[in-house]
Amino acid sequence: MSIAAGAPGLRPEELRAALLSILDFATHAGATAADAVLVQHAAFAAGVRLGEIEKLTDAREKRLGLRVFVGERSALAATADLTRGGLARCAEDTVALARVTQPDPAQGLPERAALATEASDLDLYDDVAAVPSPEDAIARARAAEAAALASDPRLTNSEGAEFSQTAATIAYASTLGFDGGYRSSAFHLGVEPVAVSDGRMQRDYWYARARHLARLDDAAEVGRRAGARTVRRLGARRVPTQEAPVVFEAEVAASLLRHLASAVVGQSLYRGTSFLLGRLGEIVASPLVTVVDDGRMPGGHGSRPFDAEGLATRRTTVIEDGRLASYLLDVYSARRLGLASTGNAARAVGDTPSAAPTNLYLAAGTTSPEAIIASVDRGLLVTELIGFGVNAVTGDYSRGAVGLWIEHGEIAYPVEEITIAGNLLEMFRDIDLVGDDLVFRGSVAAPTLKIRRMTIAGS
Amino acid sequence: MVDSTQPERFFRDRYGVSSGTLEHALGSALARRADYGDLYFEFRTTSAVALEDGLVKKASKNVSQGVGVRVLAGEKTGYAYSDDVTVASIEQAARTAGHIASDVGGAPAVAVRSGRPARDLYALAAPPGDTSLPQAIALLEAVDREARRYDPRIKNVMASLVVEHKLVMIVTSDGTLVSDVQPLARLSMTCIAEDGGVRQQGTYGGGGRQPFAFFLDGDRHLRFTREAARQAVLNLDAVDAPAGEMTVVLGPGWPGILLHEAVGHGLEGDFNRKGTSAFAKLLGTKVASELCTVVDDGTIPNRRGSLNVDDEGTPTSRTVLIERGVLRGYLQDRLNARLTGMPLTGNGRRESYAHSPMPRMTNTFMLAGESTPEEILRSVDRGIYATSFGGGQVDITSGKFVFSASEAYLIEHGAVTRPVKGATLIGNGPDVLTRISMVGHDLALDEGIGTCGKNGQSVPVGVGLPTIRIDGLTVGGTQA
Repeated sequence: MSIAAGAPGLRPEELRAALLSILDFATHAGATAADAVLVQHAAFAAGVRLGEIEKLTDAREKRLGLRVFVGERSALAATADLTRGGLARCAEDTVALARVTQPDPAQGLPERAALATEASDLDLYDDVAAVPSPEDAIARARAAEAAALASDPRLTNSEGAEFSQTAATIAYASTLGFDGGYRSSAFHLGVEPVAVSDGRMQRDYWYARARHLARLDDAAEVGRRAGARTVRRLGARRVPTQEAPVVFEAEVAASLLRHLASAVVGQSLYRGTSFLLGRLGEIVASPLVTVVDDGRMPGGHGSRPFDAEGLATRRTTVIEDGRLASYLLDVYSARRLGLASTGNAARAVGDTPSAAPTNLYLAAGTTSPEAIIASVDRGLLVTELIGFGVNAVTGDYSRGAVGLWIEHGEIAYPVEEITIAGNLLEMFRDIDLVGDDLVFRGSVAAPTLKIRRMTIAGS
Repeated sequence: MVDSTQPERFFRDRYGVSSGTLEHALGSALARRADYGDLYFEFRTTSAVALEDGLVKKASKNVSQGVGVRVLAGEKTGYAYSDDVTVASIEQAARTAGHIASDVGGAPAVAVRSGRPARDLYALAAPPGDTSLPQAIALLEAVDREARRYDPRIKNVMASLVVEHKLVMIVTSDGTLVSDVQPLARLSMTCIAEDGGVRQQGTYGGGGRQPFAFFLDGDRHLRFTREAARQAVLNLDAVDAPAGEMTVVLGPGWPGILLHEAVGHGLEGDFNRKGTSAFAKLLGTKVASELCTVVDDGTIPNRRGSLNVDDEGTPTSRTVLIERGVLRGYLQDRLNARLTGMPLTGNGRRESYAHSPMPRMTNTFMLAGESTPEEILRSVDRGIYATSFGGGQVDITSGKFVFSASEAYLIEHGAVTRPVKGATLIGNGPDVLTRISMVGHDLALDEGIGTCGKNGQSVPVGVGLPTIRIDGLTVGGTQA
């Protein structure tokens, strides 16, 4: 099997030329300042189900996002039309749009002195990403699914396995004279087997992700993990409504950090939509909790040499031994809060920059996951959460859960159709054990966590 | 300027794609032995205006274009797309997608015939894309004023108006070419209320395939705003929600998200062909109480979830999913209908040219019953009355689903008493509708704010529900 060689994307100097050109057009149209981002990516994915090829996808895209300022007024645009005429029209339209919006003195580009000055290689790119091998992709997906299905006779069906790879170039320039770019790649392998027993079905999922193909977990190992996760859910039942300790597996513990992230990003604070509003310097979590955002981890899934406004990324301690030490800010939210940007600006092409975590993690503790489970007399180990039951303003938390019931320090049986509820502020304060199993499987990571007490609703 | 009335001509003129180009590309896509191929052209303009702190300081215009080529061979799908819409890139994508079919063997030549959908469910004299920025700014300023006027405890208002104008052209190896103009508008707002150190939020909004005037009609924008403000202020006094299984009454309209999660996804053709849905093989069996008839209807004029044709060119329709408690149908796209020998229902949808279609819902709702909402509430000794929800999610294999209330009350001795904090409700899809013991006569569709996510693709949808009583659903509050 072969695949046609993809249309070559634009070369770095062509991307740079498009950015500089649209900034010029914007300036000529009357913009007092502007910045622009260009993202070009090529992606390939192979899906396999029950051993057969199910889907091959080949993608090529490029998009340019422009932000212009006319004094204290601003507007945004996105386009895929990179012809000179297209760029000129986009710039003129956007400047015209900006003239009609209302002024906001906090808007604008960063101070020139704050801009990143040196290029840095954070080990984000693997050349292999730009040259997909369909045979290899199919083989990896097949191997992962086959290993999953072979791991237990009750695994008789599957939603399939998928291998995907993406190669991207990100370029950014502004009228301050900043002009930079970098490449990044990502490889992903996921499997979702289905187990059947006594006429009831369960599914679960496991995956691997890496910026370098050679560092991607072995396909068979990914498959076996997916199989084991699925089979252990068979025979799940409900438990009675009660209060009990709740242990979050590392994979779901990361979701608690995502909720925390949405409460410490600048826009949530100046808008008043964060349960951590006004708590800087206060104790907001157990002394066992230290949370760090590090944009410069080599090979990190959330690493980038500079942020979406041209500021160097950095390492920011968000929570230190339970105390809220810093928010995560972009230039605008920092100005609104009277603080300095932490280099956390991110932007979807065509949207305004806003603050977002880079690589956010809860530092590993000293207790093994096994010891954490053994410490629970009666409680819940959560292995999957569903739903959106989190109120960002109050921190009120109520989500559907799947997991394993713990009796006398041992896994007793699987549970489902229950919810766990509490308040995020209290939950972070009630963390009484932190696992030693921190692994970066994405840009947000946490080890196994135990929360002293939550409400479990069931039968 | 986009000629809204002639999408086919627009694509031909702008990108130079002639009938010859299209036929040649389909020929390339089907050069190996494939069952079916299609080309999907899209040109979309999205304009957004947002207000916060009383200022409309953000306006954006996002133009996207692209072509997606799909080839089906047995259960296999080859998909290639590009934002570079040229004859060369279309050919390239067609050849790439065609590699999914492994057998060598020529395809018959395709002759393409042009057509427009037989009806227009959203012919607008003034598409929302024609809205001027000053009009949009005035609308959002009125929203801000109304929220603050409603109650002095409203401390911040965030509102946005998003207007989309989408032209599509779908060309299939059956020889049909169909094009459509799909307008979409949405106004949404979040109010933050604060009182004595307690803060809460309320969110509301609506829209559809409607003109800008829709929002001003009867001061709809102000009514939406008062709803958001009312909810924010109400929740300031909310007490902790109870935990455990109890009787739940759902109000009309948006609580229809229950149907979307509990049964809708589980009835999509792909999961049922693969046998991974908890509803697989249940066709013709009883999955709900006799009071329940549930339909998916993509043909309601101007609704957010409606389409003239789905994203595979099939006219949308009204599909009865559950009839008086009995499971009657699944939602299909071409791939799954063909493989299972089921009729097409016009539910093959995709987020954009960058995605291949899947069976998806349109507007999903339960038909009205006979009870009055008052008698339903009066019948409950102790339970929860939920009238507004955030999002929901389902595990289609185990059948377990959740949806999270954003406005709910205790029912005590047949009376609605105190508001309770938002809580997630969890249940089992194939089982929950069997517990419906009363259905109100007050069917309402939602205001037009729903977006459904599946396998990473988002599409606009609608839901609807009359007031219903469910005898036993787990409420995930904190008061055990």
